[in-house]
Amino acid sequence: MSGHSPPPLITVRNLCLTGRRATGPETTIVSNVSFDVAEGEMLALIGESGSGKTSIALALTGYARTGCRIAQGELRVAGHDVRTMGASELRSFRGKTIAYIAQNAGAAFNPALPLMEQVIEPALTHHILPRKEAVDHAIALFEMMALPTPHTIGARYPHECSGGQLQRIMAAMALITEPEVVIFDEPTTALDVTTQIEVLEAFRVAMRQCGFTGVYVTHDLAIVAQMADRAVVLKNGSVQEEGPTGQILNKPTQSYTRQLVAASQPHLRNHDALPPATPLLDVQNLMVGYGAIMPNGHPRHTIVNSVSLPVRAGETLGIIGESGCGKSTLIRAIAGIQPWSGGNMFFAGEPLPPRIEDRTPQQRQHLQLVAQNADLVLNPALSVGATLRRVLTFYNEDASDAALNRVLDMVRLPAAVAGRYPTQLSGGQKQRVNLARALAARPRLVLCDEITAALDTVVAAAILDLMMELKRELGVSWLFVTHDLHALRSVCDHVAVLYAGHCVEFSTASALNAPPRHPYTRKLESSVPEMHPGWLDGVIRQNGLKPGRVAPIPAHGCCYMPRCPVAVADCAQTPPPTWQAPSGALINCHLQAPDLS
Amino acid sequence: MMLAFPLPRYLTPFLQAPALLALLWLLLALAGPWVAPYLPGEVVSTTVFAPISARHWLGTDYLGRDVLTRLLYGTSSTVLLCAASTVMACGAGAFLGMMAALKRGMTDTLLSRFMDGVISIPSLLSGLVAVATFGSSVPVLVLAMACIYLPGSYRTCRMLALSIVQKDFILAARMRGEKTSYLVVREILPNMAGPVLTDVGLRFIYAVRLLSNLSFLGVGLQPPQTDLGSLTRENLLGLVYGAPAVIAPALAIAFLTVGLNLALDGKGRHQ
Amino acid sequence: MNAKLGIAIARRLGASCVSLVFVVVAVFFITSALPGDVAQSLLGQAATPDAVAALRHSLRLDEPVLLRFASWAGGLLRGDFGMSLVSHQSVMSMVHERLLHSLLLAGITTLFAVPTALLLGTLSAIFRNTVFDRCVSVLTLCVVSVPEFLVATLAVLVFAVQLHLLPALASISDIHSIGSFLAAFSMPVATLGCVIVGQMARMTRAVMVNVLSSSWVEMAVLKGVSPTAIILRHVLPNVVAPLFNVMALSLSYLLGGVVIVESVFHYPGIASLMVDSVASRDIPLVQTCALIFCAAYLLLTTLADVVALFSTQERSRA
Repeated sequence: MSGHSPPPLITVRNLCLTGRRATGPETTIVSNVSFDVAEGEMLALIGESGSGKTSIALALTGYARTGCRIAQGELRVAGHDVRTMGASELRSFRGKTIAYIAQNAGAAFNPALPLMEQVIEPALTHHILPRKEAVDHAIALFEMMALPTPHTIGARYPHECSGGQLQRIMAAMALITEPEVVIFDEPTTALDVTTQIEVLEAFRVAMRQCGFTGVYVTHDLAIVAQMADRAVVLKNGSVQEEGPTGQILNKPTQSYTRQLVAASQPHLRNHDALPPATPLLDVQNLMVGYGAIMPNGHPRHTIVNSVSLPVRAGETLGIIGESGCGKSTLIRAIAGIQPWSGGNMFFAGEPLPPRIEDRTPQQRQHLQLVAQNADLVLNPALSVGATLRRVLTFYNEDASDAALNRVLDMVRLPAAVAGRYPTQLSGGQKQRVNLARALAARPRLVLCDEITAALDTVVAAAILDLMMELKRELGVSWLFVTHDLHALRSVCDHVAVLYAGHCVEFSTASALNAPPRHPYTRKLESSVPEMHPGWLDGVIRQNGLKPGRVAPIPAHGCCYMPRCPVAVADCAQTPPPTWQAPSGALINCHLQAPDLS
Repeated sequence: MMLAFPLPRYLTPFLQAPALLALLWLLLALAGPWVAPYLPGEVVSTTVFAPISARHWLGTDYLGRDVLTRLLYGTSSTVLLCAASTVMACGAGAFLGMMAALKRGMTDTLLSRFMDGVISIPSLLSGLVAVATFGSSVPVLVLAMACIYLPGSYRTCRMLALSIVQKDFILAARMRGEKTSYLVVREILPNMAGPVLTDVGLRFIYAVRLLSNLSFLGVGLQPPQTDLGSLTRENLLGLVYGAPAVIAPALAIAFLTVGLNLALDGKGRHQ
Repeated sequence: MNAKLGIAIARRLGASCVSLVFVVVAVFFITSALPGDVAQSLLGQAATPDAVAALRHSLRLDEPVLLRFASWAGGLLRGDFGMSLVSHQSVMSMVHERLLHSLLLAGITTLFAVPTALLLGTLSAIFRNTVFDRCVSVLTLCVVSVPEFLVATLAVLVFAVQLHLLPALASISDIHSIGSFLAAFSMPVATLGCVIVGQMARMTRAVMVNVLSSSWVEMAVLKGVSPTAIILRHVLPNVVAPLFNVMALSLSYLLGGVVIVESVFHYPGIASLMVDSVASRDIPLVQTCALIFCAAYLLLTTLADVVALFSTQERSRA
């Protein structure tokens, strides 16, 4: 710290926030938090769910959610003493001096007003710009954010825009008053990686051009590396560590930060050799869709389009793709709860009927589904023990207490958990019980649908470790659906990349890292933020900032054509062939290996 | 609250203020006629609308009968009649609602359409029409009230069951191949018990209001039977003298409905 | 987009017509086709079988049910509601004047109750979980819990018996001045209004709390928008549809309350006519009154749905 540095723009001293639920006792959410943010600096507030990071960010604007209050401490933002301001002072402070970008833009826009009305509202409310100039300024901001059709997008209503667009429009709304401080509250958490990078690029450009001081709330260390100069690590409402981003990410001093950094580093968990090629589950040309059946035998709207996947006994097959690509539909079809209209499935050599009701008891037992949200999978009225015991008795397994403890031990839970109810468990424990419920049936293949998506980084890492241990101990095969490329690489033997219902690439996990790769795989790969600062700038230099194109998928051509940077004329007319690369990867593209390297 | 021994979880809804209050009223209704000091139809005093006295704790009514006695009998018939019709309405409603949620399809659509049609007729009107057609007797009143409140209960239970049926733990049980009876008893019912009991409480309040209104209009329970509404009606003249004969039954109705509703509302706030 | 809106409204109106037919059928079959002999009850227990049979014949009760329904429904279409069994007048002439009185009472009540309820509900939503909100909540809960006649009786006790401010009965035949108008209407309107306001304020609060706790209202607060502007600009467009629904529900509730209020205050409206006809088992009169009430209910809910369609049409153009 040099002695002649200017006074900080934001000063937080000994901040305490408390909250209460309904008529319950007041509990502490945040205790004794202090930090400074210098002018022009971006500070990251890092923490997992329940760490109080959003509450602190909101407190900077003098706002506390219903039931919560700022109990004590000092808050100075851009020369204002936030805690002593009256209601009308706070009103002229919010939106003008400090602006807020919410996590879920879809919910943070008023559904009954056109977007432009909402974007220019801060400027009109604070009498900064007359209406006409405000509209012009908004359009300029839309252009800067690389939004499509910046002149007309303001006339739309929130439900007519995508999540990534709304997030950028919200940033425009925050910047229209040229505030001194901007708060970003997990602005990209709900987005796909390929959309996230567009939004991050837009934010980066805005930071350069508008020069504001920022507070960036997130749980994702890789994003911290790109966006922030300094970081504050929070756990359960108190500061664990504070320092420059580089130091936090590379030389963390506190054990919690070390844990967090270790969990965020991609590392290989699956060290086993590939099992022999005896398929346990063989999916052949699966078609899933809805609507009337067309003359070619396919439904009018297809969700999964002739996908073939072999799952070997004892391996982990990963399926990756963005939201809406059909990965959940595919896994539900395999589980027998989503009717399919074409193709075949074989399980252990026997044909697998489409409907769960038509499958043999053995097939049902050996094929278990673990769904994403453990809160929905566990019956809140039954204790953990009762849930697991029912599975054991149903399949005529040994249901003694000892057997029950063995099942719990399998997922590294103490025997005492059997007497608890799901509401008394943490998120990670619930997901373990969820796994135990499937494993109690002694399955041969477990279908996992985004089982780590709702978990905090450290907890999710532990679940992935557990998966690999179980694979070794029990010899079960896993079908692992995810949108997280790091998790996929870390645990999978084979990987299928899904785009718009098509399997565009199928390869071994190791071959996924090496060219040739499908253009979408490459895009996916390059969109996942890396932990070193400067990664985003590199990507921006490489791609430039261009407005996202919107074109329909051609009826007979390649599904990725509208977004493909290397598309050729053929792509719009003929479906791409599938060919095998030297690495063994099956790639579904018109271009050949040399073009895709 | 710590208990010396853990109670089964499905018992907890019964240990809350609304349930305890309802139990108290039910006890009063059952015991009332046994502890009443006089016979309900017996004229025991020459003074009409007598004030509170040691002999007649709540005074006498417009014929010189003991008000406390008549109040105990009236409370008994109001509470028991309404409880019977509520139990019938909610029992049938819960059964049909769960069936509709589990079966879906045509059964659900037809049943729901029909119930929506019935629910659109104001309850007091249905009550009046029923009495006009069949006369007012205890079975008619109980059945009519049961029919009037069945669609509402059906709707609540169907919505609750529907939201539970779509949860993944039902899916998991179905994938395992569990029977419908197991689904209903172990997976669905325990998860709707709380809201359903609240609904039962609300419908009981509605039933008390309807019966009291009908009786007050003179088309509810007919003499010599009596309930809280008709007690208020027959002693309405006493209003001029501020006689307890009219105030006591009115207060009893207020305590019954407001008390239960406040308890239910307080419970809703806590959740 | 107007064609789409037109189709949606037409569908809603069609659904209402189907409901109306359902109600007509239900009212007829419940009142005339099910067991319960009108002739017997008109003549009393002492009547000779011959007299009952003669009356049954003259009332056409011995004809098949479907034939009677056809002639009754045909009469409805021509505006002929039949003859009263008791007074032997045409039902139409008995209902006509009474209906106007009831509409007057309902109209005046609506005029007072709706603004009061909306204001009360909105205020307690804005100041939720404060002492004010709790007080409003408990008061409205009390009013909606007790039977309507209790509120009416209480009003009589306080204003007529204790304070001698107002007459206990509403005599609307001799209204000559504003004073006598107020005297006649204030108690029935106040009683009815109390119940409606209680009901409507609670539902309004629920609607408003739902909207006020949304993430976009929080966003508006964080933009520095003033509370008035939040209510008028942000909240209002989103609550028009649900609030109209609340109003329709509450006003249909007025139909039930009106029966009690008219009886207590001896107000010569259609509801007290219905109660009298129920007591004397004058079936044609009961049928007509029940139909009028159900039609009013259907009209209200249909109106609310049409308003909801209008208020969301702008957004659904895409």
